[in-house]
Amino acid sequence: MPKLTFKTDLCKGCGLCVSVCPKKILKIAKDKINKKGHTPVEMTDQAACIGCAFCATMCPDCIITVEK
Amino acid sequence: MSIVFEKPHALTDAPFHYCPGCTHGIIHRLVAEAIDELGIEGKTVGVAPVGCAVMAYDYFACDMVEAAHGRAPAIATGLKRAMPENIIFTYQGDGDLASIGMAETVHSATRNENITVIFVNNAIYGMTGGQMAPTSLPGQVTQTSPYGRDVTQCGFPIRVCEMLSTLDGPEYIARVAVNNVKNVRAAKAAIKKAFENQIAGKGFSLVEVISSCPTNWGMTPDKALEWVQDKMIPYYPLGVYKDRSAKEETK
Repeated sequence: MPKLTFKTDLCKGCGLCVSVCPKKILKIAKDKINKKGHTPVEMTDQAACIGCAFCATMCPDCIITVEK
Repeated sequence: MSIVFEKPHALTDAPFHYCPGCTHGIIHRLVAEAIDELGIEGKTVGVAPVGCAVMAYDYFACDMVEAAHGRAPAIATGLKRAMPENIIFTYQGDGDLASIGMAETVHSATRNENITVIFVNNAIYGMTGGQMAPTSLPGQVTQTSPYGRDVTQCGFPIRVCEMLSTLDGPEYIARVAVNNVKNVRAAKAAIKKAFENQIAGKGFSLVEVISSCPTNWGMTPDKALEWVQDKMIPYYPLGVYKDRSAKEETK
């Protein structure tokens, strides 16, 4: 099963990964704040991830590592 | 489990200072991936511009030189002529390359200097707060054109790729975009080709990357990428404008 790792403290909450995810399993966590003061991205359903790496391709801050 | 995607080695661990959703980060990564895949990190020297990417020297793990505003191709010319075995690239924005640095760009292209130029076009001066750039679209609202760019007073946007491709000098001129996954992959291929051309000694390669500026355009990052697709790409068509070697091979 693919595994995504997020460097959450570097996330700026831009949401580009959320908009390209084909499975719609990423969301911006409105109730959390990271070290930078942004609301970071979070994974809602790891089991549904297909490991396409679209999110990592569009992430401007290289916070996503994809393993499969 | 094996890693299929991670931050490239040619980028340092320094976090980018760019605004949320700014595609500079994607373009930095594509350049770093090309450097990684060609195994040239140890002998690459980058030239940073003046503009939003002025601190690119913090982010690339290779050696970097900071140029005066617009003068990156001139600095790169000197570096390449003094150290022909090294790989030299410049990373410039539209205010840097297409405005104050136009002379350096055109002349290094026509001399066919063996350098790689990454040109990031986001149709606005980002760092200084969103003024009208030479590449701002007709009717585009900016800080210095609050009623939209008036072409009768300010002239028309400059299409750098089309203009440079009329010269006999340059080897490779291409325009790509980073507004969706497909275009990002195409952009990576073009940037890698630009570095390969330099390694093969073919000459001047310029890749124009259509980028976004959510902050100064006043849009969310998502909407900014839609604006790139709907407004910028029709005015700045994507594609390869010049590829001399490919043309000679087909003859």
